Amino acid sequence: MKVYLDNSATTALDKRVLDKMKPFMTNEYGNASSIHCMGQEAAATLDNARKTVAEILNADTENIIFTGSATESNNLIITGVARANKEKGNHILISQFEHPSVIEPAEQLKKEDFEIEFIPITPEGFIDIGKFKALLRPETILVSIMTVNSEIGTIQDIKELSKITHDAGALFHTDAVQAVPYCIPNVNDWNIDYLTLSSHKFNGPKGVGIAHINRKHKIQPIIMGGGQEFGIRAGTYNIPGIVGAAEAIRLTYKERKEYIAQVRTLRDHMWKRMQEEIEDVVLNGALEGRTPNNLNVRFERVEGEAILMELSTHDICVSTGSACSAENLKTSHVITALGTPEKYMNSNIRFTLGRTTTKEEIDYCILHLKETVRRLRELSPLKK
Amino acid sequence: MPLKYTKTVMKSFLNPKNVGEMKNPDGFAEIGNPICGDMLTFAIKVDNEKITDIKFLSFGCAANIATTSKMTEVVKGMTIEKAKKVTMHQLADSLGGLPKVKLHCAAMALKGLHMAIDDYNQKSNGKTN
Repeated sequence: MKVYLDNSATTALDKRVLDKMKPFMTNEYGNASSIHCMGQEAAATLDNARKTVAEILNADTENIIFTGSATESNNLIITGVARANKEKGNHILISQFEHPSVIEPAEQLKKEDFEIEFIPITPEGFIDIGKFKALLRPETILVSIMTVNSEIGTIQDIKELSKITHDAGALFHTDAVQAVPYCIPNVNDWNIDYLTLSSHKFNGPKGVGIAHINRKHKIQPIIMGGGQEFGIRAGTYNIPGIVGAAEAIRLTYKERKEYIAQVRTLRDHMWKRMQEEIEDVVLNGALEGRTPNNLNVRFERVEGEAILMELSTHDICVSTGSACSAENLKTSHVITALGTPEKYMNSNIRFTLGRTTTKEEIDYCILHLKETVRRLRELSPLKK
Repeated sequence: MPLKYTKTVMKSFLNPKNVGEMKNPDGFAEIGNPICGDMLTFAIKVDNEKITDIKFLSFGCAANIATTSKMTEVVKGMTIEKAKKVTMHQLADSLGGLPKVKLHCAAMALKGLHMAIDDYNQKSNGKTN
């Protein structure tokens, strides 16, 4: 049995989505920028996909921009908004637990005379509102806060955070990559200027990012060329990918209720068994207020990577520390930001369930997890 | 790029040898700490300048456990002089190679061994003096 419990890293492509994409990979291959009939057909397909996404996000259609990844969307929004609005101020606030695709462009901006500060989070994994307010200043031009944290799944009150940001005269961005379909990002109601989504996180194809960009404000593109996406993001339209992303987001919200109930039951079952059957397990971040597919658990006295590798020999896929980067052997900045004691920094595993997860898979995982933790604790020089 | 462990590394990780503690060891060492990510303890028995027994415990990743186990297998039965000459690359080679970012595991295992030998030397010098 193959058990995939790493759905925050990526998800399986929905076969119905693939079926929708197929014709655009073969017969309907027109370039949406071409003027002839095949180009016009592709342009109509593109418009429909954009409309689907805009309706779900309750956003204006012309504010939806398709990119090549959420990383690209985040890079574009952070550097593009900062560079185009420099005359308004040079201060940017990002939360302590943003994805590297927000942190790294922000670090880059420091070399361009921007000042970057980090908004602290509470030990439960939520933005510290008092400290956030205190960090805002007249020179603050942009605030970026994740809707759902990728490691611990905690959900922030984006509407409130956006209001605080706007009251201080700055623009607001949220990386909502892990929020679909657990939250319904409502761009107009939440009053957010910028939003990032990633198709492959909700059973769509890889290689498609979505950005909501409030076009009332200036933005400087990072990819330039043929003027696609209203001049904000050049590059030939990836029509099959865009069609897939739109179909995936449509399906995931259509089937949201049933899925959330199902995944919550499985997740709660998994956590209950872990607590009952394995000693010294601690949940990182609060259980309440996190997405129903996420468990981030500390197994005291054993090293996370060793757990991951042993589970992997049983075809069980989980992750340690930050998401998808096995190369990055540094400890997680998210777990650090929670105020976790240093000696526990290397003992954490993230389990993220998805649409395909079954109870049998959870029970199979628990069976091997118990044995793995028991064996590794026997090997460990750290004693209770 | 994901970490690629050889079959030998995985075998050694899943079935490590010489695990445990030792009563009245002739040399003992503790290296690393859980904050850095890896921690090892070593205990050795020495007879006639030969390592007759060695035990280890590890709070570490798969490579750490695999490499340390391999090291104990290699040096068990060796003279201290010979054991001190074992290199990080020899250990890595005997495991069919290690990912570059995990070579330090082999270095740490050997450093721990050297510390246990130093501890033995100090203790035995104390005895003869």
